[in-house]
Amino acid sequence: MSLLSPADQDKLRTAFDEMTSPVRVLFFTQTLDCETCLQARQILDELPPLSDKITIEEVNFVLDKEKAAQYGIDRVPALALAGAESDSRIRFLGAPSGYEFISLVQAVLLVGGRSTSLTPENLARVASVDKPMTMKVFTTPT
Amino acid sequence: MAFANPLITAYAVEATEFPDLARRYHVSGVPKTVVNETIEILGGLPQDLFVEQALQPPA
Repeated sequence: MSLLSPADQDKLRTAFDEMTSPVRVLFFTQTLDCETCLQARQILDELPPLSDKITIEEVNFVLDKEKAAQYGIDRVPALALAGAESDSRIRFLGAPSGYEFISLVQAVLLVGGRSTSLTPENLARVASVDKPMTMKVFTTPT
Repeated sequence: MAFANPLITAYAVEATEFPDLARRYHVSGVPKTVVNETIEILGGLPQDLFVEQALQPPA
């Protein structure tokens, strides 16, 4: 049984239909000692049925430390979004529940080819960043 | 922003799942954005203001 209503599934399907590129959701997880990993997996499982461009790649955090390090992941559950070849540098730490699911959908759409919501001026400002930068946005599941 | 510049990585962090991170960054209300460990943006801001604050030089 899906977590999403049929109406929501349809809306998402329509939105995902506009994507032009594949999106890989790398899902970093482990079997033991991770209460929210299962919840994250259940949420992510909602996505591939809604678009053939979305794939979930599960990475065992304990067994595949190299891949976790490659994506800068040091805790689970965690997601990294990537295109066919490229890292989007968008990460989600924690199960994407509540409003974070909406953020995840928007990030997937962006990686899948939707145009940026940044204004041209802001795109130019962002383009001028010339040193590595991290942005951590803290949210809660309400 | 992360998608637009390869030097930028963005993390959406669920604070209740990772209380150690919430403590480290003194998160008492959300949303809270921490840029490069030093710049803090509380709440949701209009895009222009958010980008401006995120890109300000370190204090």
